[in-house]
Amino acid sequence: MTRPITIVISALGGQGGGVLTNWLVNMAEQCDYFAQSTSVPGVAQRTGATIYYLEIFPKAETKNIPPVMALMPMPGDVDILVAAELMEAGRAAQRQLVTRDKTTLIASTHRVFSIAEKMAMGDGTGDSDVVIRAMGKAAKEFIAFDMESLAASMNCVISSIMFGAIAGSGRLPFAREKFEDAIRAEGKMVEANLKGFDAGYRAAEKPYEPKKQIQSFAGKITGHANSKQAEALIERINALPEVVQEFAYAGAKKLLDYQDIDYAVQYLTIVESFAAKDKAPHVLTHELARYLALWMAFDDVIKVADIKTRSARVRKYRAEVRAKPEQIIHMVEYMHPRLEEIIGTLPVPMAKLVQKSSFLTWFFKKFTGPRLSDTTKISSFLMLYFMASLRSIRRKTLRYDQEHTHITGWLNQVGHALEVDYDLAVEIIRCQRLIKGYGETHARGLGNFKAIMAVIDRGQVTAGKVGDMREAALADDEGKALKQLFAA
Amino acid sequence: MAERSFAKEVKKLRLGAGATFHGEGILAVTKGLLQSGVAYVGGYQGSPVSHLMDVLADAQDILSELGVHFEANGSEANAAAMLSASISYPLRAAVTWKSTVGTNVASDALSNLASAGVIGGTVIIIGEDYGEGASIMQERSHAFAMKSQMWLINPRPNLPKMVDMLEKSFQLSEVSNTPLFFQMRIRACHLHGQFETKDNIRPSFTLADALENPIREADKIILPPFTFLQEKHKIEQRWPAAVKFIVDNGLNEIFDGPQGDIGIIFEGGLYNVVIRALQTLGLADSLGETQVPLYVMNVTYPLVDAELVNFARTKRAVLMVEEGQPNYIEQSLNKIFNDGELTCKISGKDVLPTAGEYNGQVMTNGIAAFLKKYRPDLTPPEVRPSSVIDLSELTQAIPARPPGLCTGCPERPFFAAMKMLEKEYGEIHISADIGCNSFGTLPPFQIGNTIMGYGLGAASNAAFSSVRGKRAISIMGDGGFWHNGLTSGIASAVYNDNDNVFIIVDNGYAAATGGQYIPSSTRSLKQNEQKARIQNAVQGVGVKWVRTIHSYDIGDVKALVREAMTSSHYGPKVIVIEGECMLNRQRREKPLKSQNIKSGLREVKARFYVEAETCTGDHACIRLSGCPSLTIKPSPDILREDPVAYVDNSCVGCGVCGDNAHEAVLCPSFSRAELIFNPSLWDRIKNSVRQGVIGYLQRRTDRKRARVML
Repeated sequence: MTRPITIVISALGGQGGGVLTNWLVNMAEQCDYFAQSTSVPGVAQRTGATIYYLEIFPKAETKNIPPVMALMPMPGDVDILVAAELMEAGRAAQRQLVTRDKTTLIASTHRVFSIAEKMAMGDGTGDSDVVIRAMGKAAKEFIAFDMESLAASMNCVISSIMFGAIAGSGRLPFAREKFEDAIRAEGKMVEANLKGFDAGYRAAEKPYEPKKQIQSFAGKITGHANSKQAEALIERINALPEVVQEFAYAGAKKLLDYQDIDYAVQYLTIVESFAAKDKAPHVLTHELARYLALWMAFDDVIKVADIKTRSARVRKYRAEVRAKPEQIIHMVEYMHPRLEEIIGTLPVPMAKLVQKSSFLTWFFKKFTGPRLSDTTKISSFLMLYFMASLRSIRRKTLRYDQEHTHITGWLNQVGHALEVDYDLAVEIIRCQRLIKGYGETHARGLGNFKAIMAVIDRGQVTAGKVGDMREAALADDEGKALKQLFAA
Repeated sequence: MAERSFAKEVKKLRLGAGATFHGEGILAVTKGLLQSGVAYVGGYQGSPVSHLMDVLADAQDILSELGVHFEANGSEANAAAMLSASISYPLRAAVTWKSTVGTNVASDALSNLASAGVIGGTVIIIGEDYGEGASIMQERSHAFAMKSQMWLINPRPNLPKMVDMLEKSFQLSEVSNTPLFFQMRIRACHLHGQFETKDNIRPSFTLADALENPIREADKIILPPFTFLQEKHKIEQRWPAAVKFIVDNGLNEIFDGPQGDIGIIFEGGLYNVVIRALQTLGLADSLGETQVPLYVMNVTYPLVDAELVNFARTKRAVLMVEEGQPNYIEQSLNKIFNDGELTCKISGKDVLPTAGEYNGQVMTNGIAAFLKKYRPDLTPPEVRPSSVIDLSELTQAIPARPPGLCTGCPERPFFAAMKMLEKEYGEIHISADIGCNSFGTLPPFQIGNTIMGYGLGAASNAAFSSVRGKRAISIMGDGGFWHNGLTSGIASAVYNDNDNVFIIVDNGYAAATGGQYIPSSTRSLKQNEQKARIQNAVQGVGVKWVRTIHSYDIGDVKALVREAMTSSHYGPKVIVIEGECMLNRQRREKPLKSQNIKSGLREVKARFYVEAETCTGDHACIRLSGCPSLTIKPSPDILREDPVAYVDNSCVGCGVCGDNAHEAVLCPSFSRAELIFNPSLWDRIKNSVRQGVIGYLQRRTDRKRARVML
């Protein structure tokens, strides 16, 4: 008994799974095969995945009598499974549609994140490596590459890449020309689709290559120092334990960019002081190098204005929105400065004065609230350019004063903890992760951070408990999980 | 014009005798209707039969050539009521809807129709939304057939069979004076296949003929004493006539096999999956030649007792394969075999799951279990190879992918405003509705406590109508509003002095089912028609407090809902939130814009951008949006662990993320890029002056920065 060739296509809305199915059906019919296809879109027509299922059967085998073909795939009975997104490939394997004896799995390795992954307060993304590893194990043959970037680079739709990959896999008994004929017969965007087909065909011929892990830093930092002071700084970074160097360098660079070389020196001095008390594997210093840099580069108005007025930013912006080389674009920034943020950029004595005076408060309130500023316009640009120039007085500002008071308190707490419980000290450092964002987000994060620090201050807290509290603070933005943990 | 245009496909409806049709099941069925000489068609859209409505709407030319009337009925009840034209006139009719939900809505009219009986063949094509991909509660339409004694056709899912059964259905309906259901599942609707066509037939009796010579048959009116006679007529005349027709025309099929002491009885729609399971077990070949005798019920109601008894008489056991529950057929089978004094055992839900879809795996396991019980010698020893991977690890890594609102959807800013309002005002009891707005109940918004049915959002807060204090809110779409919400919800609220807040989301279409027109669409099927306005309608039923607002004005929406919640006005407060469905809007505007750009006209395209350097990866913006184009990517800063927000190129520039950032005071990372195509001279002059100044300052800073590098 001959069985049909069975094909499953799993695609998200807009990826052209329907078009791909039509090409396959038409090609099979042209090649004297019976072809049957169906699909289950369900509610998935809005942003979800659609599963297409095809069976084809050679007419010659049944003397032209149509065979009975199934309307849905069966575990252990799928010859080709095409998934236009990595997790959808994983889902197919989860449904046992990928088996070692039969299935050629053709998957795109790119990710389209689900809402749960996107809305997490930290990193909620699924583990792609787990899925890729499982795919390699589950399938008879595993063809995987980033179809989306290939499609983008070829300026074609992802369905043509998939069609090419199916042809390239060699699992269908049809010559390459038959595939191309199907694209021509359909007659839509033929040139682009043929180009995409070719790219997919060639990509499928190569075996899957796992993305090279980014080499963890080894050897000495060379950097691009162009002054004595900078060179000295690089030397000091290289004198740190090896595992710390990469972050220390990134941190120092960040702070030079944020403020000036002295600020970077200030940072490095603190890192060094903890390194001196640390021992291999230097987890504490490693974590401190990361979180201290992030905190010292706190997000004030000056930083935002600085970033938005840079030439490098304009280049990156234009590339991302796909502006053509000479195309005129406007860049309209959504800003919502609050009174705290504006007062925060004033020198401390002046800021205090404003806080006390209702007239001055009223005056400065005029600069708060939602506003749109088009940084391609001179007036808006100058305004931000001026704000960015306040970098020179940043050390005197109220915000700087507030942040550094917090940083000092935090470092003291780390120092105290280090004397009794190394792991606890590390966990205290990691709590800096909670402080991020602007406005309410920042206030919420800082509030959670302070609450956890207060618990630590009361003593009798283990490192594990601090880790739990941090996770709880990141679980929801209403503080429910953290409150529950405090109550427990 | 609906979301998908069938303009190309409808040409296939013109195919004449002897031609070969290639296409989807739902289109094949449409062709079958025309070959059967229908006089009028209609229905209400919903998956999986939306495309049938869309095909009919796109096939106006062909329909009018044939003299077939197409009605876009306002609800399933309307569609069922329309079928009354076939009670006393020999008019063939077909309507369609999603089942069981649509059948629920239609059931009052259906009961009356079934009681009176028809003389024109009457077919209701129901899209049975059961199993994988279903969007509704899991029930069977079978019960409706049984309670009203309407026949239920469930054909083997291949195109020639479906079309043939459709044609037979009209005849069956006529000989038995009974309207019937023609059941199709999702996969059958989307099934691509081919069949040999026949010529289309003009209806021999027309709607105009009926109006010229009206016929009034008093005994067909649903009033006593006729209702009692009708019931008798059903049992004594119509039912036996139907059974006779089914037998005479061989509507049910027997596929015999050598293993004569057992057999499988099943609903026609399950044929392919039964065969695949038998193939898997080595008991059937690719053409469907089977070892085990099969009785295929292409008609699942009424049952033909004699056929069943004949099939089972010499058998030790039969397997009754019946999907969903309760197992009505299996129960009947017990009675039929008992009456026939058969010794044949009946297996069914003992070896197959009681609930849920019967896919290939389930069916194979079920049949294997049946064989093990009665013919262990036929059970294959080998176990099919299953996956070798660690599923638990995989399950943890793979996120669920629930549906959500489309990119740029006008309902997104509304739900964002509601979420912000709840944060300030406290949680509110909200009755949600069916439609795109249902997705508001899912992450990230999670707005809505109950969903009770299409257009019933407003009616479902009636229990709280007399509470004077914190108010309840109900949400419904414009589709649901016209389907029944105006009367069931709003008029009833006025009458009952309901003090709650009623929000109607007006996106201009029945958007969730594919963008079909509704009475308040700005354009419609009949272009010159007078448009209904939701605001006028609610005022017409007596609402005094009516406000209209544009959905994208997030701050104003929030303020208005707050006002409604706190207003001193007693009585229903209705807010109409306007914003055109973005899918439809883009379909209209995008080609126009491209055309303008091509022909050299000045155009501005907007899209959003997130500054990765200032984004700190908290994703508060995403928790207020869920837009497919607002996604995440790894942070460019190696020190940051959390991914940053990122707007991909599918952004349509609706502005919601920027407004959310403003309204919720999120962060300064959002920027609207306006790309100018074919700039005017003035654009270019301004740009060069600006770039001169800005470029000079930027270069100056760049130089300064370059002095110290690390």
